[in-house]
Amino acid sequence: MSAPPADPPTWSGRSVPRAEDPAIIRGWGSYVADIAARDRGVMYARFVRSTIASGRIISVTVPPDVVAFTASDLVGVQPIRAVLHRPDFVDVATPILAEDVVRFVGDPIVLVLARTEAEAEDAAERVTVELEPLPAVLSADEALADGAPLVHDSVPADHPNAPNTVVDGRIATPGAEEAFRRADHVVAVRVSSGRQSAMPLEARAAHAAYDRGTGRSTLHATLQMPHVTRTGIADCLGIAEDDLRVVSPDVGGGFGAKMALAREDVALVWASRHLRRDLAWIETREENFLAAWHSREQVYDVEGAFTAEGELLALRGDLICDVGAYCCYPVTWAVEPLMALAELPGPYKVSEYDVRSRAITTNKCPIAPYRGVSRPMQVLAMERLLDVAAEEIGIDRVSIRDINLVSEFPHRAPTGLVLDLASHRETLATAAQLADLDDFEARRAAAREEGRYLGIGFSCFAERTGYGTPAFAARSRPFGADGTKKSLITPGFERVVLTMDPSGGVTLRIGASPHGQGLKTTLAQVVCDELGLDPSQVRVIASDTDATPYGWGSFASRAMVIAGGASMLAAQDLADRLRTLAADRLGGLPGDVELSGGHARLRGGDATVPIAVLARDTYHSSHLIPDKGEPALESVGLYDPSGTFANACHLAEVEVDPLTGNVTINRFLVAEDAGRLINPAIVDGQIHGGVVQGIANALFEELVYDDRGVLVTTSLMDFLPPTILEVPDIEVAHVYTISPASVTGAKGVGEGGTIGAPAAIANAISDALRPFGVGVFHLPATPHRIRTAIREGRDLQLNRHSSVTEVTA
Amino acid sequence: MSSSNTTPCRLYVNGDRYDIDVEPRRTLADALRDDCGLTGTHLGCEHGVCGACTVLLDGQPVRACLMFAVQAEGSSVRTVEGLAPDDVTLHPVQQAFWDNHGLQCGFCTPGFLTLIAGYLEEHPDAEENELREVLSSNLCRCTGYQNIIKATLAAQKLLNGKQTEPGGVQEPA
Repeated sequence: MSAPPADPPTWSGRSVPRAEDPAIIRGWGSYVADIAARDRGVMYARFVRSTIASGRIISVTVPPDVVAFTASDLVGVQPIRAVLHRPDFVDVATPILAEDVVRFVGDPIVLVLARTEAEAEDAAERVTVELEPLPAVLSADEALADGAPLVHDSVPADHPNAPNTVVDGRIATPGAEEAFRRADHVVAVRVSSGRQSAMPLEARAAHAAYDRGTGRSTLHATLQMPHVTRTGIADCLGIAEDDLRVVSPDVGGGFGAKMALAREDVALVWASRHLRRDLAWIETREENFLAAWHSREQVYDVEGAFTAEGELLALRGDLICDVGAYCCYPVTWAVEPLMALAELPGPYKVSEYDVRSRAITTNKCPIAPYRGVSRPMQVLAMERLLDVAAEEIGIDRVSIRDINLVSEFPHRAPTGLVLDLASHRETLATAAQLADLDDFEARRAAAREEGRYLGIGFSCFAERTGYGTPAFAARSRPFGADGTKKSLITPGFERVVLTMDPSGGVTLRIGASPHGQGLKTTLAQVVCDELGLDPSQVRVIASDTDATPYGWGSFASRAMVIAGGASMLAAQDLADRLRTLAADRLGGLPGDVELSGGHARLRGGDATVPIAVLARDTYHSSHLIPDKGEPALESVGLYDPSGTFANACHLAEVEVDPLTGNVTINRFLVAEDAGRLINPAIVDGQIHGGVVQGIANALFEELVYDDRGVLVTTSLMDFLPPTILEVPDIEVAHVYTISPASVTGAKGVGEGGTIGAPAAIANAISDALRPFGVGVFHLPATPHRIRTAIREGRDLQLNRHSSVTEVTA
Repeated sequence: MSSSNTTPCRLYVNGDRYDIDVEPRRTLADALRDDCGLTGTHLGCEHGVCGACTVLLDGQPVRACLMFAVQAEGSSVRTVEGLAPDDVTLHPVQQAFWDNHGLQCGFCTPGFLTLIAGYLEEHPDAEENELREVLSSNLCRCTGYQNIIKATLAAQKLLNGKQTEPGGVQEPA
């Protein structure tokens, strides 16, 4: 562990208590359902959803006293459409309500309205939908089989992709084949994961208000991208963006699942405008499992070409992502396979590469980003590969990583990705040292004497963060085949507007949209370092399209890097202006003015002036400063980086009970490098929460469909998030690399915990099960699966070519 | 809702009396939120697993989503809004959560605060293992529970009149 950088005392680097907390801990937060509860005239919405995986809608019968709408009522409403201009991309439309056919269990068909939630539920039960079943495809293998039914029959017959293949990307270097030919060892693994839900504790919710006077709608919804949501809804409804204000108030967790545009939100705004009244929709937990986006269901076949010394020469792979029935907006169903294609090598040096990565559509709930997107699977593949290779080659698990980790920067991967300054080897060394491997081996041996099985597992990864416009632009050509740019959505700059009012108080308006990350606190810290103010003097305004500049919201570990960078740049601009004003008043040069403690002072002298006085005079005595610019103190910060990489090494120590298959995590350690930490407590909080979601992926949580495509895990009694009793104490050690790729030096840390933990745990369980000759290649590694693996002496692995996700061992 | 389906119900919440008309099927959680305007009690699953809706009924933590409002008649209900003595002072559990970064999105927080406040008031000397067992009643999706147990132990010290360890969080000098 290195020490934090020894900088002058600043607000950044301190665990400042969060400004967000006081209201929330008193119960004074304002989540969407709270806004609905305060609206006395509101009507509640309920959606009648498909109960079958694939079928034709024969009829919808609505009792005369029930207010209900179907697709045929939504005259002129456009479907949701998000595209990339790539020859291998299949573009399909998502209707707001299912039109002629349903494509998954949970597909919304009818919108029902009533005065209370309970009455809406009653009314929805009295609506009868007659469905004629059609053949369904319930797995990627089924979807790819000859003669498979088509999930979308709208795809042009001359499209180059195989049926049901909606993205088919490949990156190959010329020397890959040769590298495999001359390799001393070729090691192959197949890794896979079941479906998982992001499961924010607050399910989706929306409140659509209509103002008869202005004809304007206001949507309060639980969102990560309010501006993009406004664009999406305005496009669907054919209204000007200005006719819709979107506000994301307190948000009860997002984790990616609240990025994608909800069909239900579009329907609600449409119905509210149609009826000219306020409507609310509070999603139930069951609906959230059925229809609010799934994640993770992927199968990666990966081969590595190694030298006799364990050097990884080349990677070959076939990556399959089951993306469900529809294409999510705005990042599209290419997000999983293309991220995997570009980032699979992670922190490892690989010179030759030949990987194909596909998205396959199936009759299941659509996939959308969930914390880490496809990176937990990429890391699972690479880290299982390295452990298997280490065993085959006969070198230790730390060495095989150490010799292959990137140590010279910038490093250009064969995928074109450029890794910026990082500490891959240092974080591995830190974790290995803290793991005390000799001591572990002694304990392992002692445990074996008692019939207990201990294992230890590492995982190293590079967490790409702060994806700006260049990163997203690389996914698509700028124009479509017909020369159009239609619908191409390319995130990710951030703009902020920083205003100092006449009292010297500061307002920072941001396009990012925090939902639990404490961003209002951390951005205030960044701004105060530049302006010499106290964070209590900074109000951060976010998540309201009427009050903030257009931005891309909060996702992909981007907010601290990009919005933080924009805030720093804006604050530096404003600080320059204040120094000029102060220099004029104090009789010095701007470069000699220091801003601190709410005062401007000339370096080396006693002359000071309160910043509040400068602010007051700028507005109220502007005639006295004619040559110093306009009578306002305002700056705009724009930041659009190409991205940076945080990195970490996770270490898990587990005990597996071979009798029950139960796994206990005895130790979990994270050696993390997120660059400059603006607020260490918040950083550690992100790591803790992320790791526990990764533990959930590794051991507990799975969305299970039956052989007819009906989701059977629709409650928290079937889908099992960990409680405090299932999680260990999480140790965090920091390494600090200040990369020029981020102006604040912060690297982003939102997803790393979730990315690295599954692989570390899979490696640790496999290590513990070594006496039984079996390893873990499919997650979650449930007790039943582990028992079966031990009993049958076969790896815990996904069986392909079956009609549903069937895991055997 | 037609008034013929409703029944008068008197609730005592946070020391205030609420005379409301509710359907017999109305849950205590909905009555608190919609009829009493106390929206600090959150609904995360409405089937009694997540615990976000935990309130204290005569001092005992209960799931407000699993009770009907009429079942709470005559009982004293305490919600998250009723933990702090006034608008200036925080309850020790609230203070400890703030000091120890015990919340992120905050949606589960009211349920944890009431659960912990209720339990510590009855079991001031509970051991850490016992407190972990109690905390396993509720789900949090953000924090990984690390700072929730830390905050709980800090709250226990505050409640028992002991000084907390210097700073889970650090104020600038």
